[in-house]
Amino acid sequence: MSDVALPLGHAAAAPAGERTHRGEALAAWLLTAPAILAFVLMLLIPTAAVVAIAFTDYELGAPALRFVGLANFAELLEDRGFVTSFRNTAFFVAVTTPVSIIGGLMLALLIESGTRGRAFFRAVFFLPVVSLMVAMATAFQYMFHPTIGPVNAALRGLGIVGPNWLGSSDSVMWTLSIIGVWEQIGFNMVLFLAGLTAIPRDLYAAAEVDGVRSAWSRFWTVTWPLLGPTSLFVLTITMIRSLRVFDIVATLTQGGPNKASEVLLYTMYTEGFTFFRMGYSAAITVVFLGAVVVLMLLQTRVLDRRVHYG
Amino acid sequence: MTPSSPHDKSLVADLPRLALLSVLGLIFLMPYIWMISVSLKPLDEVWRASMSLIPQTFAFEKNYGRVLSEVPIGRYLLNGAIVCFGILVFQLAFALPAGYALAKLNFRGRETLFAFVMLGLLIPAHVPAIPLYIAFAQTGILNTYAALIAPSTISVFAIFMFRQFFRAMPDELIHAARMDGLGEWSIVWRIIVPNAWPAATAFAIFSVVAHWNDLFWPLIAVSGKGELATPALGVIYFRTEEAGDDFGALMAAATITTIPLVAAFLIAQRRFIEGITMTGLKG
Repeated sequence: MSDVALPLGHAAAAPAGERTHRGEALAAWLLTAPAILAFVLMLLIPTAAVVAIAFTDYELGAPALRFVGLANFAELLEDRGFVTSFRNTAFFVAVTTPVSIIGGLMLALLIESGTRGRAFFRAVFFLPVVSLMVAMATAFQYMFHPTIGPVNAALRGLGIVGPNWLGSSDSVMWTLSIIGVWEQIGFNMVLFLAGLTAIPRDLYAAAEVDGVRSAWSRFWTVTWPLLGPTSLFVLTITMIRSLRVFDIVATLTQGGPNKASEVLLYTMYTEGFTFFRMGYSAAITVVFLGAVVVLMLLQTRVLDRRVHYG
Repeated sequence: MTPSSPHDKSLVADLPRLALLSVLGLIFLMPYIWMISVSLKPLDEVWRASMSLIPQTFAFEKNYGRVLSEVPIGRYLLNGAIVCFGILVFQLAFALPAGYALAKLNFRGRETLFAFVMLGLLIPAHVPAIPLYIAFAQTGILNTYAALIAPSTISVFAIFMFRQFFRAMPDELIHAARMDGLGEWSIVWRIIVPNAWPAATAFAIFSVVAHWNDLFWPLIAVSGKGELATPALGVIYFRTEEAGDDFGALMAAATITTIPLVAAFLIAQRRFIEGITMTGLKG
């Protein structure tokens, strides 16, 4: 970090500066003290504790706890419920990530390619990001209702018998994924819009001089390479957001039917706060944290590369 | 025509684009359109499964009246406001001075502190939930505003963001203030805080949107049919206990709880989009 050199320069200052320097350090610690205290109490200790609890058989209200080593993690691998939960989360991430990224990019290109209605359409697609997801989920529950929902009513009009969207284990994860895409696409669109605005206009003119005429080849020769860093950033962010799916499951399916829509955070929630199996729930939290950290590190490396190439 | 001059596109040439965007936009707005439509329909019309959006008889009073009379929805909205405001005040009070110190003051340990900030950025808010719940249960502060607010009072992301923001601020401003004999505290109050408004507003929007919509922690911290429910919890209570299949009333509750933020967004659209995407790093 470049600022490491700064304190040395200061320390070399005359004794007159010595007192202000010490005053500065004191002020710095006083200014950071509240944040440090809250950080340690609310984040650092609890996170360390959750990792520690994951290696115990702690249950809320139980008189004692025992160190059980990796037993919780071994149980996770045997637990069909957890395996389903893990697989469902992976499914949700695998479906919502590409669809909401490609969809977000296409919306951004569509909006950017003209001047009319930009702010209006941007607002329309961004609306889900600021909407209370629990409330919107109940709206989706009505829309996807097998008998009275407008989605199946429309399908009936076309002579198709619609599925029991949220009520059947075959379709429930697909339905949740549709809602997930709806929730995320506007966020990605806005990130891509920012990326598109950053592309210098004269590059397109230069490409035109070089004989790049069609919109299609313009996209692949200019837009896409220059959007590369944005896309990689959007990719990791979207994966992490998808990994945290909880609200729509808690509101709409509670993991059902038959555990067909259990996802990591919801399983962690029920194990810990419904059954009070804290040790087991903590182990699921550690798995979740591990997945997020892997994706975050991926992002940091990607961002590092972006600095190099930029 | 080059893409660098989309301005001279005629309305006719622009029509396919506008048509496509309108169709997609309409599909996107469907949940809102149906939510409002059903919130105005009487029960028998909802169950008739007709595709018509306009109710034959309006049941505005019945549906919204049921929400207002059966759950303290006003209280839930107030709770949401109290919790969001409480969280924001602490986040700013903790993160703003820390961000300034990390950006502009020289002291031993600064790099270590910043390393902890980066470490903290890796941890999603769901991770500390179990130990916090145990600790809150043992100290008996579950089912209080404090329990809803405390875990979110520290935003590592806010510290990071303010540090980046203050680093871009010219040192001369601070040096000049020191020359004028201002102490570090006065500098923070009189120079730093007033200059931090753009970053603070962006962060405030991000923070309020995140916590107004949060379900995970309120579900843990508040139990039973508490008076402390936030809007998200309120909708869930109303759904499970009052209106399992009364879609009209349920959609009325959904509409009432969605309106405050959506209205704020429509009024200050640009700021919202800036605030939420600028803070996109947090994911």
